[in-house]
Amino acid sequence: MTVASLLSQLLQVAIALALAPLLVGWVNQCRAWLQNKRPPPLLLPYRTIHKLFVKDAVIADNASPIFRLTPYIVFGAMCCAAAIVPSLATDLPFARAADAIALVGLFALARVFISLAAMDIGTSFGSLGARREMFVGFLAEPALLMVLFTASLISGSTSLPTIVDTLAHRELGIYPSLAFAGVAFTMVSLAENARIPVDNPATHLELTMIHEAMILEYSARHLALLEWASALKLFNYSCIGLALFFPFGIAEGTNWLAMLGAAPALILKLVIGGAALALIETLSAKMRIFRAPEFLGTAFLLAVLGMLVNLLLGS
Amino acid sequence: MSAIPLGHQLINLFAAVLLLLAFAMLSQRRVVSLVDLFAAQGLVLAMSTAVVAYTTNQPHLYESAALTLVLKVFVLPWLLYRLIRRLDVRWEFEGLINIPTTMLIGIVLVVLSFNLALPISELASTVTRSTLGIAIACVMLAFLMMITRRKALSQVIGFLAMENGLLFAATSATYGMPMVVELGIALDVLVGMLILGVFFFQIREQFDSLDLKHFEQLRDDE
Repeated sequence: MTVASLLSQLLQVAIALALAPLLVGWVNQCRAWLQNKRPPPLLLPYRTIHKLFVKDAVIADNASPIFRLTPYIVFGAMCCAAAIVPSLATDLPFARAADAIALVGLFALARVFISLAAMDIGTSFGSLGARREMFVGFLAEPALLMVLFTASLISGSTSLPTIVDTLAHRELGIYPSLAFAGVAFTMVSLAENARIPVDNPATHLELTMIHEAMILEYSARHLALLEWASALKLFNYSCIGLALFFPFGIAEGTNWLAMLGAAPALILKLVIGGAALALIETLSAKMRIFRAPEFLGTAFLLAVLGMLVNLLLGS
Repeated sequence: MSAIPLGHQLINLFAAVLLLLAFAMLSQRRVVSLVDLFAAQGLVLAMSTAVVAYTTNQPHLYESAALTLVLKVFVLPWLLYRLIRRLDVRWEFEGLINIPTTMLIGIVLVVLSFNLALPISELASTVTRSTLGIAIACVMLAFLMMITRRKALSQVIGFLAMENGLLFAATSATYGMPMVVELGIALDVLVGMLILGVFFFQIREQFDSLDLKHFEQLRDDE
């Protein structure tokens, strides 16, 4: 591990931290445009996070240490994930520490802690949100794993850098298995990031919310960290999707010049991806919570079909 | 996986889309959308047959593709739409098992048929050999749809989808059947559809519904 590779690793995490709120702002802006509303400022998420950081935190009297620790654990897990996901370059020192399965585990860790914290205070909304989150999570996780396994089958490895390297260097062609996996991944990301068909990120209407219900008791810096972490989660999922299905332009190794080229490519892909996300959210209506198993079951089905088709057709 | 010719890739893609459409039909609740999906499946089947004809230089497959296009994309869906309009049916889901379970059974069937097709396709030498598994899976899924649906119209659509799967199997295993056989099957399907259309009215007249569970009441000792 050289100093240069360490520096590029730090650069990737720093870019993820810096760009994540911007991505959320961009998605919100696109969605407002599509819905004929006046868009909120692009930098609004930064201002929200800043505002929350300077406020005084209020914590319920009966909060246990888990409640205080959770924002840091969730934020840390998302930072780790940002270091593992090959968004800018593939051959980074930290990426070797964990493969695709460990990455899913990292997301699960964050989910478990945020649900524990939601139930910690003992309000009914918290436990309602936590139960729904676990409900959605246990359906989304196998589908996500199957998507990653499809990509692993093509490249013969579960290590993310190897997968992305193989996918970026394959010959241009039609890959039905990757198409299936891509659709499945989009559906899983919508569910995991509390997006519209499953959850509404903008709602404060208590009966329909999932993510919002869990973080209802948080304030100030804890809330800021959680907001930032959920922005990072969206960023991470977008980067996984881009790395798996549109890996063109990603830098190999720790070549500085290549990374300079990779950064604008990543931003361009995120701009398009964010607009697509806003489009999906505008076009679809929120489902009843009990329709979520069907939605995620379809995602699982597509991912498994992708894997089977890959085994059968070899492409 | 280097340098698979484009024709082969397209065939694989169409095969995958056929499988996807079979699952979509399995999970579809509305009967009108079911007919749409059936028409889409016919279109994909026709295109894939045309691609096979082009890549393997088998002119008779073009005729088969044209036949599929006319019959499965235009005539049969039109007949079905007319039937739906005249019977005035717009049911929600009427399956025996709920949709997620049906899908899971479907996955098991797909695994089964892929396994079944593997030794066969290793012996075959056609460019389409790897799609045989998908063809068998399509037939199985159509079977499943016929078993799990309760209403007559969905069962007939399942039957037609099964015929699609069989045609695809024939194309992928042996580059299609002789023209005479194919014409015969097409005519059979068309006539069968027409007769079943008449049957629907009879069934409804008798039982006030197209639900086939009423057939259980038909006994001699009444």
